[in-house]
Amino acid sequence: MSIIFVLIPLGLVLLGAAVLAFFWAVRNGQFDDLETPAWRMLMDDDRNPPPGGDKPPPA
Amino acid sequence: MATTCFHCGAAVTGREAARTLAFDGRQVALCSEACETVARRIRDDGLGDFYRFRSAPAAPAIGAGSGTRWAAYDREVLQREFVTEQPDGSREAQLLVQGVRCAACAWLIERAMTAVPGVREIAVDPLTTRTRLHWDPRVARLGELLARMAALGYEPGACTAEEGDRAALAERRAGLRRLIVAGFGMSQVMTYATAMYVGAMQDVDSGIGEFLRLVSMLVATPVVFYAGAPFFAGAWRGLRSRRPGMDLPVALAIAASYAASVWHTFRGSGEVYFDSAVMFVFFLSCARFLEMSGRHRALGLTGALAHHLPRLATRLGDGGPELVGVTELAPGDRVLVAPGQSVPVDGRLESAAARFDEALLTGESRPVRRLAGDAVVAGSINLLEAATVRVERVGAATVLAQIGRLITVARAERPHLVEVTDRVAGWFVTGVLLLAAMVGAAWLTIDASRAFEVVLAVLVVTCPCALALATPAAFTVGMSALARRGVLLRRAGALEALSRATDLVFDKTGTLTEHSAGIRQVVPLAGIDAPRCLALAAALESRSEHPLARAFPPPDPSLTVVDVVAVPGLGIEGRVAGVRLRLGTPGFAAGPAAPDAPSPAAAADSATQSVWLGGESGLLARFDIAEQVRPGVAGDLAALRAAGLDLAIASGDQEGPVRAVARQLGITDWHARLQPAGKLALVRAMQREGRVVGMVGDGINDSPVLAGADVAIAIGSGTSLAHHAADCLLIGAGLEALPTAVAQARRTMRIVRQNLWWAVAYNVLAVPLAATGVLAPWLAALGMSASSLLVTFNALRLGRTVPPPAAGPASTLSRSEALP
Repeated sequence: MSIIFVLIPLGLVLLGAAVLAFFWAVRNGQFDDLETPAWRMLMDDDRNPPPGGDKPPPA
Repeated sequence: MATTCFHCGAAVTGREAARTLAFDGRQVALCSEACETVARRIRDDGLGDFYRFRSAPAAPAIGAGSGTRWAAYDREVLQREFVTEQPDGSREAQLLVQGVRCAACAWLIERAMTAVPGVREIAVDPLTTRTRLHWDPRVARLGELLARMAALGYEPGACTAEEGDRAALAERRAGLRRLIVAGFGMSQVMTYATAMYVGAMQDVDSGIGEFLRLVSMLVATPVVFYAGAPFFAGAWRGLRSRRPGMDLPVALAIAASYAASVWHTFRGSGEVYFDSAVMFVFFLSCARFLEMSGRHRALGLTGALAHHLPRLATRLGDGGPELVGVTELAPGDRVLVAPGQSVPVDGRLESAAARFDEALLTGESRPVRRLAGDAVVAGSINLLEAATVRVERVGAATVLAQIGRLITVARAERPHLVEVTDRVAGWFVTGVLLLAAMVGAAWLTIDASRAFEVVLAVLVVTCPCALALATPAAFTVGMSALARRGVLLRRAGALEALSRATDLVFDKTGTLTEHSAGIRQVVPLAGIDAPRCLALAAALESRSEHPLARAFPPPDPSLTVVDVVAVPGLGIEGRVAGVRLRLGTPGFAAGPAAPDAPSPAAAADSATQSVWLGGESGLLARFDIAEQVRPGVAGDLAALRAAGLDLAIASGDQEGPVRAVARQLGITDWHARLQPAGKLALVRAMQREGRVVGMVGDGINDSPVLAGADVAIAIGSGTSLAHHAADCLLIGAGLEALPTAVAQARRTMRIVRQNLWWAVAYNVLAVPLAATGVLAPWLAALGMSASSLLVTFNALRLGRTVPPPAAGPASTLSRSEALP
């Protein structure tokens, strides 16, 4: 069980790193717009979408 | 259903029916030359994905306008307002872009503009339409870049006043940081706590237990003092203003459980409550963050309103027309307003006559005719020909700006209910504190060594979890369930107000009826049958720009139309298939030779507007044009009535059309010709009678009344400003989500009430036990956690199912797929 005295501090270090990484991301505006990037990922450079597709015919 | 424009989604009628473009291997219809140009450009630039992924139709294209218009943005005096110079000589402009309707629009602008030489970076926020354009003035001029954006179909405008925006961004980022600290901290501390609970039962090495407590304290400290700081600040504010709010018991519970836990950690005995404290902070931070996001969206209001006014005006000076910034105008100047442009200032008309679309201010669907000397308001759109206006009021003095201020005032008046809740919470808090003090005093005389333990048990047990934790959870879950059904709530309070609503007041135009009119009946007057008359009239109207012309079906291409002359205010004249025809007012259509023409005055007050068709020998037919009730509205209203709501109409339109729509929909309580202030007064009067009023509208003129109603509902196809003033947005074009929203709101409030009752019952049971010392603090904490879990799970039930009046899926994804 004494391994826990090593593992938990290690976990804390990782936790600290995660928090710092998140703070960095927030400061750089990564969370300012949560909508557009998701769409951009879908659309970027996809010149040839699968033919046919699941789109219903236009109204 | 008629064909809709591939680009903007408007119905394709009349002369544009033949306008098509090849896209994705099929022919798509477009409604105007401007839309066609934009769509062609988007296709040819390889940005066709825009049409595949957008979730809303684009705004109708307006045409790129003349080059000189955008070149004016190169003037330093104009740029000073919204452009900042960067250290390296590049510049950054804050813009508001008209026509951005969804994320795909933002993508399109960013993709297209990044490719332009000189553009360093461009970021479009699809929600507020705010755009940051970073460019190198040595490579490209701003005017050129803006012209490029306009060519895409998105008209850019300068965005000033961004102070509040920066503050909001800073607040959002701070909130996010707090959230993540609390979230990470909670996950860790809960893990340790589980280990300790298990350890306590299995009698594991006590050294490990002590270690876990120390680590818990280490992790919980930043959570309590960093993430929990707003609660302490709020509690302190409440104390200083002598109105203790919900923050006080929360702060006390966090502080007391934390302090006791620290003490017990160092003493080496007793229970620790780090997990409870941290869990508290996290859940409350979540609720706070969601609330804040909604508030920030409402902040975009000022920008959105300013956006409806053009930034540039054509001033008629001694040296001829000159393009200047609107802020450079002074009362007494004369400005030229081109057809299709909005009037930049309040003023008086100098041209002999002009027609304006004042829908932005009045919601009135018919264009109004103004004569020389009449007042013209900023934001109205000049319809037919260029008009000269003498400036009277600019900027903040305009009627439009005043409407904006009216909204702000109405908003400030609202939090009546919040105050009541705060007062009740204040009493509750005072009661808890008094109780804890009394219990503490009693125990000091009975057994001083147990006094702290018992006081802590009382404080922990009475912790208002159901209020502070389960209520926000119920609201959040209820709100997100509604969002999946196409109903967006701006603030959590809207759910409560919606559940209590007794009356719904509807705006007419655009809410209950379509924005454009349709032909109700054709009355042949001279032996030519109705279809033939309609075909002739449609051919003639296909050359007209009058709004009523849109009611006519697409023209028969075999009918040739020549020699067309439009007579403003009277009608249109031309030669169709070789026959001279006139269409318009009866006097005009009958021609100068017919003195017995029926008076058009009767039409102004009835439900329908009529247009007469006349030939060489007199009148041929009459076309009755009426507003069309949106499809499905009757069913939606029936569902709302079944839910026990009283329905009413408040419209800025004339009595006739309003009465007709009310009769058709079975609404007896209707009010016509109401100014924005009149609508607000109507709602206020209903509120004074003790009724809870929900206002459903779409136009800017509704914004004050939307803000003044107990709950404001805007439909998705309305103007964006109305959205900003609304508590509740229906994303779909119709009202079909409204019955669902009401049902879900009531269900949410029922669960909130269940939770509150549980909290009361639990306190009534647990407080005496804790006060008498029967309940040890650890048992109190366990009871509190179980109670919290119970109410939270009860709240989470809301997310799993949605009440019955929901027909078919309405998620944003399936909506976007359904669009062409």
